[in-house]
Amino acid sequence: MTTNMVGIEIKDLHLSFGETEVLTGVNLTIEPGEFFSFLGPSGSGKSTLLRAVAGFGPTPKGQILIGGRDIVDLPPWKRNVGMVFQSYALWPHMSVRDNVAFGLKERKMPVSEIGPRVEAALDLVGLLSMAGRMPNQLSGGQQQRIALARTIVVEPQVLLLDEPLSNLDASLRVQMRRELLALQRKLGLTTIFVTHDQEEANTTSDRMAVLDGGVIQQVGSPQVLYDTPANLFVANFLGTANIIDGVVEKDGAAARFVTKTGDAIAVGDTTVNSGSIVLRPQNISIVAKDSANSISGTVMHREFLGSQIRYLVDAAGTEIVIDQSHVSGETWQDIGAEVSLNINSSAAVVLAS
Amino acid sequence: MREVTSERTAHPVLIFWILAGWVGFLLLPWYGIEDGFFSFGWLLDGYPTDTDYAPAAFLVAQGEKTWLAPLLLPLLAPLLVLRRRKTDPAYAKILIAAGAVGFAWLIAQGFGIGIRGWNFAWLETAFGPLGDRQFGMGYGAMLLASSFLFLFAQGIAARGAINGDVFVVSAVSGIIVIVTVFVFFPIAKLMLAAFITEEGGYSLLVFAAKFTDSRIWSLSCVTGPGRCGAAWNSLFLAVIVGALTTILGLVFALVATRSGFRYKRALRALTVLPIITPPFVIGLAIILLFGLSGSVTGFFSDLFGIRPTRWIYGMPGVMIAQVLAYTPIAFLVLIGVVEGVSPSMEEAAQTLRASRWQVFRTVSLPLMRPGLANAFLLGFIESMADFGNPLVLGGNYDVLSTEIFFAIVGAQYDQSRAAVLAIVLLSFTLGAFYAQRRWLGKKSYTTVSGKGDSGVHPEMPAGLSVPVYTIAAAWAAFTIVIYGMIVYGSFVELWGVRDTLTFKHYLTAFSMRLEDGGIRWTGSAWDSFFTTIKIATIAAPLTAAAGLTTAYLLTRQNFVGRNAFEFGTMLSFAIPGTVIGVSYILAFNVPPIELTGTGVILVISFIFRNMPVGVRAGIASMSQLDKSLDESSLTLGANSWQTFRLVILPLLRPAILAALVYSFVRAMTAISAVIFLVSAEYNMATSYIIGRVENNDYGLAIAYSTTLILVMLTAVGLLQVAVGKTRIGRRTGQRTGQASGD
Ligand SMILES: Nc1ncnc2c1ncn2[C@@H]1O[C@H](COP(=O)(O)OP(=O)(O)O)[C@@H](O)[C@H]1O
Ligand SMILES: [Mg+2]
Repeated sequence: MTTNMVGIEIKDLHLSFGETEVLTGVNLTIEPGEFFSFLGPSGSGKSTLLRAVAGFGPTPKGQILIGGRDIVDLPPWKRNVGMVFQSYALWPHMSVRDNVAFGLKERKMPVSEIGPRVEAALDLVGLLSMAGRMPNQLSGGQQQRIALARTIVVEPQVLLLDEPLSNLDASLRVQMRRELLALQRKLGLTTIFVTHDQEEANTTSDRMAVLDGGVIQQVGSPQVLYDTPANLFVANFLGTANIIDGVVEKDGAAARFVTKTGDAIAVGDTTVNSGSIVLRPQNISIVAKDSANSISGTVMHREFLGSQIRYLVDAAGTEIVIDQSHVSGETWQDIGAEVSLNINSSAAVVLAS
Repeated sequence: MREVTSERTAHPVLIFWILAGWVGFLLLPWYGIEDGFFSFGWLLDGYPTDTDYAPAAFLVAQGEKTWLAPLLLPLLAPLLVLRRRKTDPAYAKILIAAGAVGFAWLIAQGFGIGIRGWNFAWLETAFGPLGDRQFGMGYGAMLLASSFLFLFAQGIAARGAINGDVFVVSAVSGIIVIVTVFVFFPIAKLMLAAFITEEGGYSLLVFAAKFTDSRIWSLSCVTGPGRCGAAWNSLFLAVIVGALTTILGLVFALVATRSGFRYKRALRALTVLPIITPPFVIGLAIILLFGLSGSVTGFFSDLFGIRPTRWIYGMPGVMIAQVLAYTPIAFLVLIGVVEGVSPSMEEAAQTLRASRWQVFRTVSLPLMRPGLANAFLLGFIESMADFGNPLVLGGNYDVLSTEIFFAIVGAQYDQSRAAVLAIVLLSFTLGAFYAQRRWLGKKSYTTVSGKGDSGVHPEMPAGLSVPVYTIAAAWAAFTIVIYGMIVYGSFVELWGVRDTLTFKHYLTAFSMRLEDGGIRWTGSAWDSFFTTIKIATIAAPLTAAAGLTTAYLLTRQNFVGRNAFEFGTMLSFAIPGTVIGVSYILAFNVPPIELTGTGVILVISFIFRNMPVGVRAGIASMSQLDKSLDESSLTLGANSWQTFRLVILPLLRPAILAALVYSFVRAMTAISAVIFLVSAEYNMATSYIIGRVENNDYGLAIAYSTTLILVMLTAVGLLQVAVGKTRIGRRTGQRTGQASGD
């Protein structure tokens, strides 16, 4: 089955609801067999983009190619994509078995083949014993698994998941996302996963696209997106970021980022002349006063987070968040203490404004 | 398992409609059968050679009706696409062209050539005398027209309309066409009829003269002893009835939701009454009470020695009857509204130390305002459209609906006057309909979310509850007396004259005899009773189907002109039955669609009268079904028709049943459109009863009405049982749609 994995290409896609454009110039390539996420805040257009791939919503302008074939003009039932919904969408008037068999019957598969396939699919999600039940006799997690079985039993080319875990409670969510990933790897099914939860995206995706306002902000692996965000939105959306405005001063090969308050931070080679520097809280450490390459400030606030202590430091009017890993028994900085901040400049990212 | 799409081999739906067109042209009788739509005597009676029953192809081959020959072209053209791919531009072009040309030609020949040859003088001038003629279209023409329509729909679907969805495009086009033919076309005919001169020409003067008639607009009852015009009478009556039903409806709604009243279920049963009671039956009961020989009248004249008067005949009687008949409708609307006011809003106000009365006045009442407007306008439209009560009780108080009837049926036989009156009536109701939509805007469709409001409605303030209880109790007692009267009256020999109890009326109406091993239905009512059941049984499923399909299109599909589509399908709700009746007579007593005097016209009038209710019921239940239920079916390979059939319809069982029973029952109680459309052969129960009333045969009329009420009560009861069962299944089903984690 891994042999007929297909890729997805989206080319210059625009989509509007009436007058309002909801997706603008989306370009995207998803590799065969990839677990790909759409990540973004609510209303950013993730579902709209996913549904455009499935064939729901207004017909978009542009191209969507699955395995090289443009499917924009095809109705949903001709696209051979499988979709799992947040609400599970099991049909309450059909038993689990009938729900799962539905797609096979629609494909006019001989009855003798349907039975074994349904059982194989139910077995795959570990719910073979539930075949005779009605959906309302199942728990939320079980319903979600049945919805998954119903989708994969027809062997779609592409699996589309729209926030499939958000109706589950926290611990079940973690378990289900592992199962989902394992299943995806086993089937080698090209998958698009929509979520607004960065942890969910980070833990599952090969690559992901961050969306905001119907525009793709950046595409890449979770690590690339976190470490080298392409813009302030991505920097802010993934994890916590300190963002300080300033200019870059070049001196031969060396470059320094000079903040408005005059503090200088050594940075690597950059083409940016003025803009912002992105500093992750864990890449700043509190050191003894007056060491080199440091900024001085006053501790304003302190939060104990278990594995970490988060300080809020006022550096000449700029608030900086710092995470120090917590070691048992260590002493903490007091509120009001004068401190110096040491910046790991190899982890700093400079963005043009 | 990629589906190897069969884009090359022709789609079965395409083949079906091409074949249907050929069957319509080659095999079925082209023209309407005199004996009626459902009679099949023609099969043995000269078919296919007899001109009356011959198929179009046979006629053309004999050199008759030569104008049908060009239809062969659009019939042949679709054969060209059979071997083409759907994506081939020619596929769409050919189907669109063939469908449009064929349909247009059918319409053109239908309107151009009638029972006297050319219908228009200019056609005669252009093409010379015809020397042939034609009657109303029949099975063959109908099937061919459908074929052209749906081939056209497949053409635009192939061009990409609505994502190329053949089922949706076909359903939308089908409904547009039937609504155009059976709602807009008759209304247009009606408008035209208002301008027809006695010689058959058209003139603005006719309209001007009839429109300014003092019998419509006179105000002399205000200034002196004269009579006012029917338009003012109708308007005045409708405003009063609208206001009174709204107030009473609110009173009952408050009792049902904001009081410790214990018999709320019984109160809710009240809402069933207007559905199962033919409207004029209330009028009959009022005559039994307050008429010249009525019991109350008799009681007071004995007591005070005053001579009985005819005071009840006229405005007071009609008003009382209508208020009685339509209060339950207002109650039905308002109970939803009163319950819909979120308790948390009222609780919020209470925590701010507002007294109960302040809460009611400043929070609850304003929140109910849209509902109150809705209830008022329903009462207004119902009163305007009511025909039975004014006929029975109106006396000298002329209203538009009865005036229309007498203009058509009476000795005056004045079509254009009927048309003008109908236009006035229609303007009033459409004005009200428009005002309601303007005033309520989108609000009227937002439903209560049902989420998170666990609060309890506060009870009414004490100062309010005393009058509310009093009014409610008095009114409930009155209603019980009225219905008691109806039952009792059916057993009285001759009301007010001979008060002995008897089964006589039932026997006259419903007697039967065993004879020669079979039953002979000797009662005088059986004929109309069976016709009514038959017509209602045919109309009900068609109404439900049309209504639910429309609801599906409106809730689940997005297409250009959706709002206009919704407006068009809801419009017939605001068209009074009387207006439908007159317009159907004007539109369908001449070719190309000749239906007057048949049962079909009754069935059709019921479909379009009751369809809006099916639409509303369907929209209400479909918006409770999450869209992902159908979307998951679509991604699993079921097309929209299969999804509709396998997923949506089974989940809509309760709505389907409700729509079925509602349209069945309404078809049995309706009178205003029916009275114009019945014929000797197809007489309906209600019009038969009205006939008895006009002959002062009250006993029989009431006995028949009582029987009807019982029959319908049984129908509604069966529905309750059936829906009650399915609802349990659905409630649990809904939980699956939004279950939270375990
Ligand atoms: N049916 C619709 N009609 C109009 N606008 C819509 C519709 N569905 C979504 N939108 C708009 O499109 C934007 C993106 O929505 P959506 O794709 O659902 O966001 P997400 O899934 O990222 O939360 C939102 O601004 C939303 O308001
Ligand atoms: Mg979403």
